[in-house]
Amino acid sequence: MIKENKEETLVKNRHQELELSDEVVLSMYENMLKARRVDERLWLLNRAGKIPFVVSCQGQEAAQVGAAFGLNREKDYVAPYYRDFGFVFAWGMTIKEMMLNNFAKAEDPSSAGRQMPGHFGYRKLRMLSHSSPVTTQNPHAVGIALAAKIKGDDIVSFVDFGEGSSNQGDFHEAANFAAVHKLPVIFMCENNHYAISVPLKHQLACAHVSDRAIGYGMYGESFDGNDPLAAYAAVKKAADRAHRGEGPTLLEANCYRLMPHTSDDNDMTYRTKEEVDEAKKYDGVITFADYLRSIGVLTKERENEMEEQIRKEIDEATDYAENAPFADPESVLRYVYEEKN
Amino acid sequence: MPVISYIEAITQALDEEMSRDDTVFVMGEDVGKRGGVFQATKGLFEKYGENRIIDTPLAESAIAGVGIGAAMYGMRPVAEMQFSDFMLPAANQIISEAAKTRYRSNNDWSVPMTIRAPFGGGVHGGLYHSQSMEAIFANVPGLKIVIPSTPYDVKGLLKASIRDNDPVIFFEHKRAYRLIKGEVPENEYVIPIGKADVKREGTDVTVITYGLMVHEALQAAEKLASEGISTHILDLRTVYPLDKEAISEAAKKTGKVLLLTEDTKEGSVISEVAAIIAENCLFDLDAPIRRLAAPDAPAMPYAGPLEHAFMVKPEQVEHEIRDLAEF
Repeated sequence: MIKENKEETLVKNRHQELELSDEVVLSMYENMLKARRVDERLWLLNRAGKIPFVVSCQGQEAAQVGAAFGLNREKDYVAPYYRDFGFVFAWGMTIKEMMLNNFAKAEDPSSAGRQMPGHFGYRKLRMLSHSSPVTTQNPHAVGIALAAKIKGDDIVSFVDFGEGSSNQGDFHEAANFAAVHKLPVIFMCENNHYAISVPLKHQLACAHVSDRAIGYGMYGESFDGNDPLAAYAAVKKAADRAHRGEGPTLLEANCYRLMPHTSDDNDMTYRTKEEVDEAKKYDGVITFADYLRSIGVLTKERENEMEEQIRKEIDEATDYAENAPFADPESVLRYVYEEKN
Repeated sequence: MPVISYIEAITQALDEEMSRDDTVFVMGEDVGKRGGVFQATKGLFEKYGENRIIDTPLAESAIAGVGIGAAMYGMRPVAEMQFSDFMLPAANQIISEAAKTRYRSNNDWSVPMTIRAPFGGGVHGGLYHSQSMEAIFANVPGLKIVIPSTPYDVKGLLKASIRDNDPVIFFEHKRAYRLIKGEVPENEYVIPIGKADVKREGTDVTVITYGLMVHEALQAAEKLASEGISTHILDLRTVYPLDKEAISEAAKKTGKVLLLTEDTKEGSVISEVAAIIAENCLFDLDAPIRRLAAPDAPAMPYAGPLEHAFMVKPEQVEHEIRDLAEF
């Protein structure tokens, strides 16, 4: 289920081959770490009764951050899904904004506390708003690409979703539409092997979500979701194809969901601790740090600095968000339709 | 003033909006070379090309969902559902997405999209080419639902829908396409969404209705006028959100109200109209509110006599108005 890490490759500098500088890969790691530490804090806040709900990203940060780095972060449009902490951080959302989102406060840029946590959206960052019925964002991403094609804008439209979601009709309709119209869309499935409690084998009869690509007449590829460099390379390649007018790509990141589905779930009712512990050996946050250390890019000093800076930011953001006001109850009637002055 | 058909008014509105605004484009099944199965987009493919008159795969959820994405990018898509009966696969995109995008993003994103869909019976369309779908969407804040009855209203309201910055469902009565003709001015005009229209002034009985039923009511009123019964007819034009003021005003005018729809009765748009009148005009009423609608059976059958039995008939409209007048 989980791809073996190839220990021997860890000592080789793999990011140079991808023309990524040391600073860029450190920034990748920093975003992954940010997502992990924020997620851990959210569970604490939930268990302390300060926030009602957590939906977790743990185990998927590597794929998320690598993917974001493979896109043009100044131009492209993205439709991340609710686990995409690593993606939205790499895309420009701040820890403070993330905390405001999780505390559901008025300043939450995604929805001002209207939506449950993790339902990201941020027009300033060209990040589409999404809902809870899954995979509805896939046709939206296709629409972005169609509009860009009509206007003659050279952009890529990127969308994320889970493997359970890949069984929805909207997944199929969006993929087919994008392929027929040869649109610059990257569909990336974060296969974390569980749709709440239902394991992969009860969701798909094929080995990989990306195996479905051929049915749409598009290119498909699976990669190790614990490796941000693999994610970067796959997304970069898909983006290059899109820019060349070669149409959409279906990618699958092989990840593992390390935490329960949400704070309301008990995963020990359907999987074993041994299985989760085994998966933790391949946790991208750990293995990528090992890689960066082994090639001397991540020094002890830099690591401490990063951890310290992130902790400080999370502390400040938590305080700020906890004390920030909720939206005015009367605002519940606002923005049903456009308000003209 | 030139006289044109209901469907010509649609084509004209699309053509004019596409030529005045580059962001307007049409997408749907058979809208391209074929010009639409009803010919609503006739000639537009030749004029605007495949980039702006887009034949889509046969997949209604994608038509709505891709339209939503394009609208979020800043376009003004006009998405065509070939028959309103086929738009249920798109219901999640319309109800969960288009209707809620502005609200859930706290005004950050919006969906300026128009969904056109032919509806209505009396065309030997059987269960799935005859239905009225408006009630399914008429409990969804964030949506606007327009149902015009005349070529004049079609043109002005379709232009308003395309220019609106929120999602609009524009239901067109397919039997009206070639049956209903009317005067349409050559100069540019737009009719505001959300405003009902008095189609006939009268003093004895008020009929509140929409779509093709407006014409049934007008014909009945004409006939009853010779008997000395004066009928007031209000055409809702927008069935969601409803023009509560115009409804109250029309109800109070005669104190006797007949609500008319070709949709099935229970939970229909006119049921909401009845509630508005009951809340606001109870003491102005001189008779109980009456509803005339299709029976609460799933949808109209194909066979001629069965279809006829299902539909609201002119003599029923006439009978109800007369009965109310005599109450």
